[in-house]
Amino acid sequence: MNLVFALLGTRQFVTAERIRTIVPGYEPADGSERADEAFKRMFERDKSDLRELGVPLETGRTSMFDLDEGYRIARSAYELPEITLTGDEAAAVGLALRLWQSAQLGGAAQGALVKLRAAGVDVDAAGVLPLQPRLDAGEPAFDACYTAARDRRLLTFTYTRPDEDAGTVRRVQPWGVVSWHGRWYLVGHDLDRAAARVFRLSRVAGRPRISGPPDAFAPPADLDLAAVVARQVDRPEQVVVLTARPGTAVGLRRRATELGTDGHGDDRLELRTTEPWSLADQIAAHGPDVLVESPPELRAAVVERLTRLAGGAS
Amino acid sequence: MSAPGTDRMTRLLALVPYLEARPDGVLLADAARDFGVTEAQVQKDLELLWVCGLPGHGPGDLIDLSFEGDRVRVTDTAGLARPLRLATDEAVALVVALRALLELPGLAETDAVSRALVKVSAAAGEPVDLAGAVTVSIDARAQTLAVVRRALETGRALHLHYYVPSRDERTERTVDPMRLLLVEGHWYLEAWCRRVEGTRLFRLDRVDDLTVLDEPAAPPEQAQPRDLDDGLYQPGEDQPLVRLRLDRSARWVADYYPVEESVPVDDPPGGLSVAVRTADPAWARRLVASLGGAARVEDPPELAQEIAEAARAALARYAD
Repeated sequence: MNLVFALLGTRQFVTAERIRTIVPGYEPADGSERADEAFKRMFERDKSDLRELGVPLETGRTSMFDLDEGYRIARSAYELPEITLTGDEAAAVGLALRLWQSAQLGGAAQGALVKLRAAGVDVDAAGVLPLQPRLDAGEPAFDACYTAARDRRLLTFTYTRPDEDAGTVRRVQPWGVVSWHGRWYLVGHDLDRAAARVFRLSRVAGRPRISGPPDAFAPPADLDLAAVVARQVDRPEQVVVLTARPGTAVGLRRRATELGTDGHGDDRLELRTTEPWSLADQIAAHGPDVLVESPPELRAAVVERLTRLAGGAS
Repeated sequence: MSAPGTDRMTRLLALVPYLEARPDGVLLADAARDFGVTEAQVQKDLELLWVCGLPGHGPGDLIDLSFEGDRVRVTDTAGLARPLRLATDEAVALVVALRALLELPGLAETDAVSRALVKVSAAAGEPVDLAGAVTVSIDARAQTLAVVRRALETGRALHLHYYVPSRDERTERTVDPMRLLLVEGHWYLEAWCRRVEGTRLFRLDRVDDLTVLDEPAAPPEQAQPRDLDDGLYQPGEDQPLVRLRLDRSARWVADYYPVEESVPVDDPPGGLSVAVRTADPAWARRLVASLGGAARVEDPPELAQEIAEAARAALARYAD
């Protein structure tokens, strides 16, 4: 603590020897090697603690005549700039900070909260809204992927596609992690495939390994992570017409436009989809209650599924 | 002085500006609550701070605190008037979560979130550039979310229609809201359902025609929030087992639902034999049928029979 006060209070760089005399708590010099050693150890540990806390500890010389390097903390780099939030803004911040759960970002949210309160912002983290935050829950690979993307270091992990038996080792320059419709993805440059790739976090086996120096690469300048995932996940929209027996297909009707009845007393429904295969799965599950009128590819896909299902227990 | 741990250091560095920002003083109990520690811990922290300050450690150089009863004020900060800047992770956690809230217009006032985002980004400085490393895109149901939020804030009951996918049914219910949950990208309302007399989770994208009632929400005592650490689906142990053989392409089922006795098999190649517990045969039927042949029912045989018959009936209609 006193080290922070001493170094914040000065514009000059202060040498280690000087710090030893002015900051209480350090082993004073008594000429013995043991005392010098003890001071050095403690000083090194304190420096690394401060850096870990994010205290911007600078080293340098005040004038060219100084023999030893000294230390100081620049007030402008240390201090959180002025921030005043109105009541509703503070409420939004309080709510936002409750959305995280992972060790890394959940802990960081707590740290941010303490600092904002120290800056005089009254953030009510409990809130009136009973809310269970789970933005980032249940993804063991999240912290490593996030950390590697933040530090721009190489990430190595075993990835298993659902149609593969064994995973393959991927070496990726991670650009970022994306939550897209409830699923977390890692987006990055796959070194072995020499192309951009999207990985589902839940298919990453074990804990990814972070290696190599930081800032080893730069993501593309105009990168839009969500758009990369959307391109990979979403396909163009198709218009589909179905016929459904009256009173059935309640779920499909929720997203459909009713087109009236056909010649057999069934309702004609129009709906739009970007995922025709998943819609085919859903339609096949309705059995004889729902038939596809168009397009023919979807009709064929449903008939194919039904044929497989019909053979299941013949 | 022995070196405090980093958690404590963080708190000690924040405590002085925290008091400085509240010139009328702070109750020890309030400070304890704000920092998430006990009152005794705050007391100890203050005692330590009392002897900290600028080199020289004369009367004018130390931190000065004044106590009036259980209220504490700082009269001299010894130069530590502002908190430390946000660390990179702190800025990312804050900015990304605010951006996520912007995508959830029903949950907070969008206008307030935008203003907070601008101010926080300015105060955070450079690390905000790194917030791009995490992007959140949520399945937003702004309208429904806003109504549920209003019911929770005002403590009122809700009337709603709920779509039950496993039975492909629309049901009508009156519920006493308990809390909102965001699980795997979907919003859920946990509420006491008066119709089934039990606590239920309602996925908001399956809710229609939602209205806030005039009567107060009154979940009975036995309405307890569920612990969701083991996932959303928590079948009881007394529920019957359905045994499935999954193709490679359907192995995701084993990740998605809690399965028992998951055993790799060679027929089909790369397949998996699993057992799922469910009280609802309609759910199992729909799951297997929606897998379009990529899963085979091994047990019970009636279920396999039922699915095959429905498929044959559908094929017959296509052949007409």
